[in-house]
Amino acid sequence: MNYVIIGNSVAAVGAVRGIRSIDQSGNITVISRERHVAYGRPLISYLLGGLVTEKRMAYLPEDFYEKQRVNLLLDSEVVGLDAEARKVTLAAGDTIAYDRLLIATGGDPFVPPIEGMTDKERIFTFTTWDDAAKIKGIANDIGKVVVIGGGLIGLKAAEGLHLLGKQITIVELADRILSMAFDRPAGRIVAKKMKANGIEVLTEETVVRIEGEGSDITGVTLRSGDFIPCDTVVVAIGVRPACTFLKGSGIEVNRGIVVDDLMEASIKGVFAAGDVAEARDFFTGVKNPMPIWPDAYIQGDIAGVSMAGGTKEYAGGIAMNSIELFKVPTISMGITNPQEPKEFEILTYLDQENYLYRKIVIKDNLLAGAVLVGAVDRAGIFAGLIRDRVDIASFKEQLLVPDFGFAHLPKELRSALFAPAGKVTDTGAPAPAVGH
Amino acid sequence: MKRIYTLEDACIGCHLCEVACITEHSQSKDPVKAFLHEPLRPISRCTVEEWDGGIVSFSTTCRHCDEPDCMRACISGAIRKFDNGVVRVDTEQCVGCWSCVMACPYGAIQRNLTKKKANKCDLCPDRKSPACVDACPNRALVFKEGSQK
Repeated sequence: MNYVIIGNSVAAVGAVRGIRSIDQSGNITVISRERHVAYGRPLISYLLGGLVTEKRMAYLPEDFYEKQRVNLLLDSEVVGLDAEARKVTLAAGDTIAYDRLLIATGGDPFVPPIEGMTDKERIFTFTTWDDAAKIKGIANDIGKVVVIGGGLIGLKAAEGLHLLGKQITIVELADRILSMAFDRPAGRIVAKKMKANGIEVLTEETVVRIEGEGSDITGVTLRSGDFIPCDTVVVAIGVRPACTFLKGSGIEVNRGIVVDDLMEASIKGVFAAGDVAEARDFFTGVKNPMPIWPDAYIQGDIAGVSMAGGTKEYAGGIAMNSIELFKVPTISMGITNPQEPKEFEILTYLDQENYLYRKIVIKDNLLAGAVLVGAVDRAGIFAGLIRDRVDIASFKEQLLVPDFGFAHLPKELRSALFAPAGKVTDTGAPAPAVGH
Repeated sequence: MKRIYTLEDACIGCHLCEVACITEHSQSKDPVKAFLHEPLRPISRCTVEEWDGGIVSFSTTCRHCDEPDCMRACISGAIRKFDNGVVRVDTEQCVGCWSCVMACPYGAIQRNLTKKKANKCDLCPDRKSPACVDACPNRALVFKEGSQK
């Protein structure tokens, strides 16, 4: 069996392990357009800010590819797929045949055309190690930066630049930062903290023109007409599934590659996982891209197992983010900002002075989402309650207790979820190692 | 694999499991020295939960899951499951992003705020049986073969 994986980030790693959990002998080829072995992509802001060294960027032990017998092709971009002949074409012209193909190419940063951006040198995106390295390379020369987009990528870029002592203005179109993960109070708390750290946050605002002469930037003009001087611009509006190379392949692509619960695409033998895929949402069942690190791993694992002939089904994606900004930890999960608030029961606790906030979103006595700001300990218990669809009616009032835990659950429920005493005695055979 | 289980009816909420855990993972491995003189004293990897004025109490700790959610959520690759089944965090590699805290359905990963590192049970690699289990005066903690749930 010939397995080919396009992409080399967390979904690909999950897939390699998934394949090897079933098939020890098949050939696995991983093709990456980047020149690095798998790295902790979310660490690029830490790299930019100098909180981690290049050595710490590696996501895997050095011997991973060798131990898993992976043929790794770095710095190679796949430009075409012939699903009929089961082969992919590389930019260099060679073709690689497969029996099972996984597309785990992630996302491409979306850069809309902005007036005045042509020929400007210092316009960056911020999604790869090399993006961070490029900015770091000219860091001494950077004075003031405008970050377009106040989502996760923009805030992380801002944080990294702030650690380098740069002056930053974030321009966000929505009424709050992190609008995908946060509601208004949470967005406000974090924005307040950022302002306290000297970062300017402009909401409901957008950049209409990048000003300057030749390749140099002198500033940006906003929709309101205001001018913000800067010498560098980071475009962090969002990412789009990286699947333009599938044009003409016959694979069904909506916003991302549409996959079923086995992560298989519309053509047999082709699978997709991670930011490039469009899989079922946990709550609605509707397929949508879910650019979340843990979810990418899970999808990759399922894809790998399916490709090797095993069965493992996707339970649906749940959005989940843990972001610490300027020492305020935040964790959000599930539905945090319901479109139809009337259908939901919402419990909140807010102490803005101390940067503390907790929001619990409930639907039909099931936990649908949570936002935790400041006190985030044991947040995963909420994730478990969501995933296991636990009826929370009997302990609803306790969900806002800062040290909420299993003690607040009825005993029967506690033993079912947490099994304090342990239920089954297994054979004693060690579980197979993962993470190598 | 052998895991730590808690018999909640036997737990008296004395928190000695936490003391033993801190001691075992301290530099001196001596409770008095660890608590009084070690500036970077570890924090406990087990958590005693109490409710209803202490009528309900039990110690919770990592289940060393077969498919660890913490490992899958870890953005730096610091969390790994080893051949012997133990799930460990490499604190050198950890960046303190708390993704594992977000993912663990057992609430078994702590935030060490002094070191800004994730903190979790390692089943005491230097001992035959974990320190918390040995320290429990009421034998409310058992170390035995069993599944994660």
